[in-house]
Amino acid sequence: MENDLVLRVIGKLVIPFILLFALYVQFHGDYGPGGGFQAGTILAAGIVFYALIYGLDKARRIIPDRLVEAMLAAGVLLFAGVGVAGLLLGGNFLDYFVLDKDPIHGQHRGIFWVEAGVHITVCGVMLKIFYMFASRGQRKDDEE
Amino acid sequence: MSSGGLFEHFTYIVTVFLMVAGLYVVISRGNLIKKLVGLAVFQTSVYLLYIAPGKLIGGTAPILAPQYTVYSNPLPHVLILTAIVVGVATLALGLAITVRIKETYGTIEEDEITAADNAVQATEDAKS
Amino acid sequence: MAFTVLVLARTRNLFAVVVLFGIYSFLMATVFVALDAVDVAMTEAAVGAGVSTVLLLGALHLCKSEEIRPVHRPWLPLLLSLATAALLIHGAMGLPDFADPNAPIHQHVAPRYLQNEVDVPNVVTAVLASFRGYDTLGETTVVFTAGAGIIALLRRRKYKMEGRDRDGK
Repeated sequence: MENDLVLRVIGKLVIPFILLFALYVQFHGDYGPGGGFQAGTILAAGIVFYALIYGLDKARRIIPDRLVEAMLAAGVLLFAGVGVAGLLLGGNFLDYFVLDKDPIHGQHRGIFWVEAGVHITVCGVMLKIFYMFASRGQRKDDEE
Repeated sequence: MSSGGLFEHFTYIVTVFLMVAGLYVVISRGNLIKKLVGLAVFQTSVYLLYIAPGKLIGGTAPILAPQYTVYSNPLPHVLILTAIVVGVATLALGLAITVRIKETYGTIEEDEITAADNAVQATEDAKS
Repeated sequence: MAFTVLVLARTRNLFAVVVLFGIYSFLMATVFVALDAVDVAMTEAAVGAGVSTVLLLGALHLCKSEEIRPVHRPWLPLLLSLATAALLIHGAMGLPDFADPNAPIHQHVAPRYLQNEVDVPNVVTAVLASFRGYDTLGETTVVFTAGAGIIALLRRRKYKMEGRDRDGK
């Protein structure tokens, strides 16, 4: 599909918007619809779109396998880390009121980091699943 | 407690129809991928089951703003959000198992897989 | 939407089934918007019509088959489905009316959430991340486990080029 001019041009126009929209949805999750899950899926969809047009190898070079696997675990660890930080600062597990001097601001911080953790994990999982399915088919075609 | 006839419960009827259609696809077709699609249809009908009662006529989406006073219930939204993501995780794992089954047995029809299993079992019984 | 599902049940070409499923997901997302569930609609559109359809297409590409003609007449499953439907509709008649403000679900927990202790306008995000953050931690772990499971199922071990088994266990 790399030689198809229409797809390449549309891809170059649309993919940056998709990635930007994913970040917008993530950070505006507090004020409008959105949040971690939606943003993670949209980010993964943008990268899958790139991989479909330009080929799996190019996408793999930009976002290597190790990075995706690290993203899987990093998000969950971030989430748990926020919870433990609540413990260390004197409150309960996942208590946001103690994260800052002003309790309401602590809530904002806690929610921000928690949504970021969710975003990273969801994006990593969706990308990893796509890589797995696509590379399984590729190997088969190579061997036949 | 409830007085309405068929019309007030219209959403429940639609939900039950979708649910039973999904159930029918799961139990009557032998193809594994079609079964998984039927399961996904079943799951989305359950989401409808939870979200429909949460709506208030004249209410709005549960995003607080100064000009609205009546909001639809946000609690089902939270639960269903979790359910959707878990549902896609289940679907992905089911598809991975299906791909492995296809590579091992060569088919994804349930009847042929059972027949292959029975044949292998029969030869093992004959040997021992 | 009902029509889509009926056609989906009858079609035997698997590619058409996957596309119909994408259409069904998208229609469901539209219904969610009509029911004021904007977060859920966004997630269902992104996840159901997006990721699920891509995964199904990927699996279909790897499996490459069509559904065979069913051997048994599907009377028993049809009867079972109709009986279940009748039972469920009979039970659903006892549930509260559609959009009834006095229904029990609007009385207990929801007014407290809507009172905005947390100063975040999007109530769904506030509930998800703050009031019920523990559930979200569990859900993220479930997603992580699914990813780990798929890696375990579909990873190919690197094998020598001469004569090993293809799956390389």
